[in-house]
Amino acid sequence: MSDYKIEIKNLYKIFGPDDKNMVELVANGLGKQELLDQHQHVLGLRDVNIGISASSINVIMGLSGSGKSTLIRHINRLIEPTVGEIIVNGENVLAMDQDKIRDFRRFGASMVFQNFGLMPHRTVLENAMYGLNIQGVVSSEGEKRAQHWLDRVGLSGFEDRFPAQLSGGMQQRVGLARALATDADILLMDEAFSALDPLIRADMQAILLDLQDELHKTIVFITHDLDEALRIGDDIAILRDGELIQKGTPQKIVLKPANDYVADFTKDVNRARVLTLDTLSHEVGSKKGLPLESNLPIEDAMQKMVESKFDLITVMKDNKSIGQVSLDDMVAAISRPKPTDSGSTTNYR
Amino acid sequence: MSFFDKFPAMERTDLRDLKKGIDSSFKEFSRSWGEGIEAFFDPLFYFLVNFEKLLLATPWPIIIAIVAALSYLGSRSWKLSAGAAVSFLVIGYLGMWNNTMSTVALISVATFICIALGIPIGIAMSKSDRLQAIITPILDIMQTIPIFVYLLPVVMLLGIGKVPGLIAVCVYAMPPIVRLTNLGLRLVDKEILEAADAFGSNYRQRLFRVQLPLALPNIFAGVNQTIMMALAMVVIASMIGVKGLGVPVLQSIQNQYLALGLMNGLAIVALAIIFDRVSQQYGKRLQRHREGGNDV
Repeated sequence: MSDYKIEIKNLYKIFGPDDKNMVELVANGLGKQELLDQHQHVLGLRDVNIGISASSINVIMGLSGSGKSTLIRHINRLIEPTVGEIIVNGENVLAMDQDKIRDFRRFGASMVFQNFGLMPHRTVLENAMYGLNIQGVVSSEGEKRAQHWLDRVGLSGFEDRFPAQLSGGMQQRVGLARALATDADILLMDEAFSALDPLIRADMQAILLDLQDELHKTIVFITHDLDEALRIGDDIAILRDGELIQKGTPQKIVLKPANDYVADFTKDVNRARVLTLDTLSHEVGSKKGLPLESNLPIEDAMQKMVESKFDLITVMKDNKSIGQVSLDDMVAAISRPKPTDSGSTTNYR
Repeated sequence: MSFFDKFPAMERTDLRDLKKGIDSSFKEFSRSWGEGIEAFFDPLFYFLVNFEKLLLATPWPIIIAIVAALSYLGSRSWKLSAGAAVSFLVIGYLGMWNNTMSTVALISVATFICIALGIPIGIAMSKSDRLQAIITPILDIMQTIPIFVYLLPVVMLLGIGKVPGLIAVCVYAMPPIVRLTNLGLRLVDKEILEAADAFGSNYRQRLFRVQLPLALPNIFAGVNQTIMMALAMVVIASMIGVKGLGVPVLQSIQNQYLALGLMNGLAIVALAIIFDRVSQQYGKRLQRHREGGNDV
């Protein structure tokens, strides 16, 4: 078994009647547009390989049309791939028969949807219970468990309302409670917060991070919003036109973009919030600085530095000094990198 | 030039032979199979006859109480319930009680049959585009073919009486429920169905817990339409020997009895309005979840 909870290997998805025969053409380098023009097939995903570690939030991000929603639906096989493998807990999802895939969806992986996917004829409590109903949990027990999760997402008192009576943010809390109630250890979130307004979205991100601190689920989170990806992701994968372009920690994505596309993506990011002290830390003399934890974002470090009388930070990890960071270092790190002169950045916006 | 002047029709003798052939083979068919087919419909006949007998044997105050109670249960409106009771009192006072009971029995049984057959057909249609392509023209035929055209073969097969009348009513009244069940199921939001799938619902769970409840408003509109169309057939059904409010209407047409026709016609209208309002109110109540206060 590999180290990954979910492993996607050589996944291709081509939409069209003759998809199997198109794989070779695409593997040999036929582009998305040429495939459409010459063969009337639509390229969904091209040779995607991603390993997803357990108990972490894995963000898959890309603009619309990049194939991110297609990709997440392969994990619980709402979409059948053209070729490829998806290994979850050492088992190939694509080799499962109907009964097994149904069991996997019931107990192994639950899902949260962009437009909530709530059932308008069921009350909030009944919606949160849906997965449990399908699992065959007796209703008294199911009600108790659904109620527990509704309380956790802050919806106590709304059990008997219908979804249409709630605001968007509250509806998505119901969606989250429904997904958590099944106790599946994989949570698939397809642009779960994209339909919400910014303040509510930040709220929901905070709720998710809070819950994750305690639950340690394997979360696959799809988004088109880089700030969201950087805020909640332990790991970020960037897709473009069905291809995986870069995968790494938020810091790596910001500091070492793999190409112009990613660089352009990250250029408006609030770098002071993403970068932490350890990424800047370097060995310098023995001058004493303000001791701060290594995982502190630069934004907060600067604030602390201004409040104190120090002009240097000693970066601490496990109560040991691992290096120093000066104010100049921090200013240099957050200043926007020189724009790449390849120029044409607008063509994929 | 004679080719353009005269339509190149079939030879008159050939055409006559063709028609004769069809007629005689159908007669042959009905002679050899008529009894078997009649026996097949026997349960239906007994069901209808016994239901009618039950309605006629029940003392009228009880019937009126039941009508008022059912109206209230359906609509939750005292006004409607009282209106229904008063209508039945007036109908009875004007001497149309027995005919009304016969008609109510016919409509109830016909609606029941239409629902029992129509909803499963609608469900099957919603699942398969090919089946939809096959059934839709059949429904079109059922709704548009002149009633007498299919009354004739039915009468030839089964004779005159209640069962052919019932079949005629059902043929005419079933299309709306089939169509609207199909439509309602197809209109269910794809995202909600995807959510149902993502949580591992099997076919039955998906159908009964998600699709049918969400299609219910449409299905109910279909039931309502079916009842209305069944009532519209009451007079025509009386031409092939079905008892009820249609019989006096038919008599009044033949003998120019203005008052008789008007009274019985209005009794049919009263039944229609009661059935319609009660079933519509009930359908509305099924959708209470749509009355969101807080639109997103």
